[in-house]
Amino acid sequence: MFYRLSGVYRVNYVSDGRMFKVPADRNLAVVFLFLGLAAPFIVPSLYLNSYMLPWLIWTAAALGLNLVTGWAGQLHLGYAAVMAVGAYSAIHAARFGLPWEIALVIGGLASSVIGSLFAFAALRVKGLYLALTTLAMQFVMDWVLTHSPAISGGSHASLQAPTLELLGQEIVSDTGYYYVAFGWCVLVTIFMLNLKRTGLGRALVAVREKDYAAAILGVNSFYYKILAFATSSFIAGVSGALLVATFFFLAAPEQFSVNVSIQVLAMVIIGGLASVIGSYFGVALILLVPGLVNGVVTSASQALGMQVNVETLAHIPNAVYGALIVVILLIEPLGLGKLYGNIRDYLMVWPFDQLRK
Amino acid sequence: MDWVFLTELAINGALTGLLYSLFAIGIVLIYKASSVPNLAQGGLTMLGAYVVLALSHDAGLPLWLAIPLAAVIMFGLGFGIERVALRRLAGRPVVMILMLTLGLDIFLRGMTLAVWGGTSRSVELGVSYEPFFLGDIFVSRIHLVGAGVALALFAAFMVFFRSRTGIKLRAIADDYMASWSVGISVERGVGLSWALASVVAVAAGVIWGEIQGVDQALSLLLLKGLTVAVLGGLDSILGAIIAGIILGIVENVGADFLDPLVGGGSRELIVAAVLILTVMIRPHGLFGRHDIERV
Repeated sequence: MFYRLSGVYRVNYVSDGRMFKVPADRNLAVVFLFLGLAAPFIVPSLYLNSYMLPWLIWTAAALGLNLVTGWAGQLHLGYAAVMAVGAYSAIHAARFGLPWEIALVIGGLASSVIGSLFAFAALRVKGLYLALTTLAMQFVMDWVLTHSPAISGGSHASLQAPTLELLGQEIVSDTGYYYVAFGWCVLVTIFMLNLKRTGLGRALVAVREKDYAAAILGVNSFYYKILAFATSSFIAGVSGALLVATFFFLAAPEQFSVNVSIQVLAMVIIGGLASVIGSYFGVALILLVPGLVNGVVTSASQALGMQVNVETLAHIPNAVYGALIVVILLIEPLGLGKLYGNIRDYLMVWPFDQLRK
Repeated sequence: MDWVFLTELAINGALTGLLYSLFAIGIVLIYKASSVPNLAQGGLTMLGAYVVLALSHDAGLPLWLAIPLAAVIMFGLGFGIERVALRRLAGRPVVMILMLTLGLDIFLRGMTLAVWGGTSRSVELGVSYEPFFLGDIFVSRIHLVGAGVALALFAAFMVFFRSRTGIKLRAIADDYMASWSVGISVERGVGLSWALASVVAVAAGVIWGEIQGVDQALSLLLLKGLTVAVLGGLDSILGAIIAGIILGIVENVGADFLDPLVGGGSRELIVAAVLILTVMIRPHGLFGRHDIERV
């Protein structure tokens, strides 16, 4: 009832290949697009910049990882290293005096090149071994970052990002930062939504399901694996650069450490592999809930008059974050996107349950 | 070239390497029985050390009682982890199981630190820090003790895998379905492997806790442990021991050569390079089983 199917007839290929097959999905997307556009006027600027903005940029990054892990089925535990490459190249380019538009593209391309190196591991091994190799590569990248002052910015190991300037507009306001993040996230989302409608997306899925079988069918799995890694790395690079330019303002190696790689992978898997809406949920959950729980614990302990150890408080978010991953995987291994899908399927036929297929 | 110094580096490297093996045995045991990559071993090791500390320092038990008691507690915990978490994901794609063990690792680390705090403490095993000389070669006593524990555990597991239960575990490792069909309780076997890995984690936690203090850094052994496990072959305990010795020597000697060139801190780099090269050249490791993939 809520997702009305009346009047939806798929009688030709064009209508069957639509991005939103059910009008309600499209309407929801449009509503959320407008909500996103209007957010700076609705949401207080504190929440806008400390919650909404990182949520959007991390969603873009998680979608990039979802491309390689969810669609192409290649495990990747070195995603933060690829983001670091993009962030550092873009900022160095911008500091060199190039306009930010070009600097961002340079960051993305540099990430693509380095990210494709990860793909060569994927050509040799897969599954667990690929995960371990990319993990080791992440450690190598971390090491290079912390041990080369030329990249990481001297003895303080931090690099100031120059003022963001896009299309001749200097961006310094909170609203401006938000719109940059929003724009990038929408771009990546549109790309990912269209992926399943294209030959590229179908080829990636074929490679994911069984790369040998895909090769027999004439899909060049070698080519598509590299393409998947390069594309996702481009998204990672630009996301990393924007993250530094609009949120951190300073680039430091710890922002792209191995824990961050694990965190992005957790966002993708909690959200659901190959699920776009799931990535939004997964990022929100992983990013926001540990902080919320900490706030609840603090206020609860104050309300009850109990003295909670400072150290305990400092480590509770981590424990909650780990527990979230475990619990969600146990409840629904296919992630939050699948949970949403279940609810949607239920509401689709709601009062007429007997119609359910 | 100073041969005495080089030998000293190699011997101490080998001893440290055996301590990595101690850690890696936990990963190998579980992979052997269930093909599950156990990335939670770092968290388990840390928890093991903290449980020993809680029993000995906080509850005031003597150490010879605290360590076995901690082993019993962790044995139960290992069974519990398998029962609650791993069993429900059996047969799922490896990416989810990987994420589950990573989540477990984060959770165990966070909980341990939330309960006991993050300040570094010592186990106080009572091993003296007096230098120990083997001819001209300086050897650390605690490393020697740790290497002894690793070898003893290795011997114990060799015997264990010849016992009735051990043979069941080997059968499970060999073929999940076939063992099921002849009436072996696969779930219990996998649970047992988690329990044993948790006991190994207590040993590793105590030794490593004595060396570098019991704190968060214990979980950072994960990369080295994984490298040892992969280099030795993920399902071979003998491989873990030998790979540990190799990695320890390569790391110690290599770091001595590389550190002046790159300005220090090359150990991590060497370990990561060994892991990448192993996977690229010989993914099944030195002694691991080479699986053939069919379409």
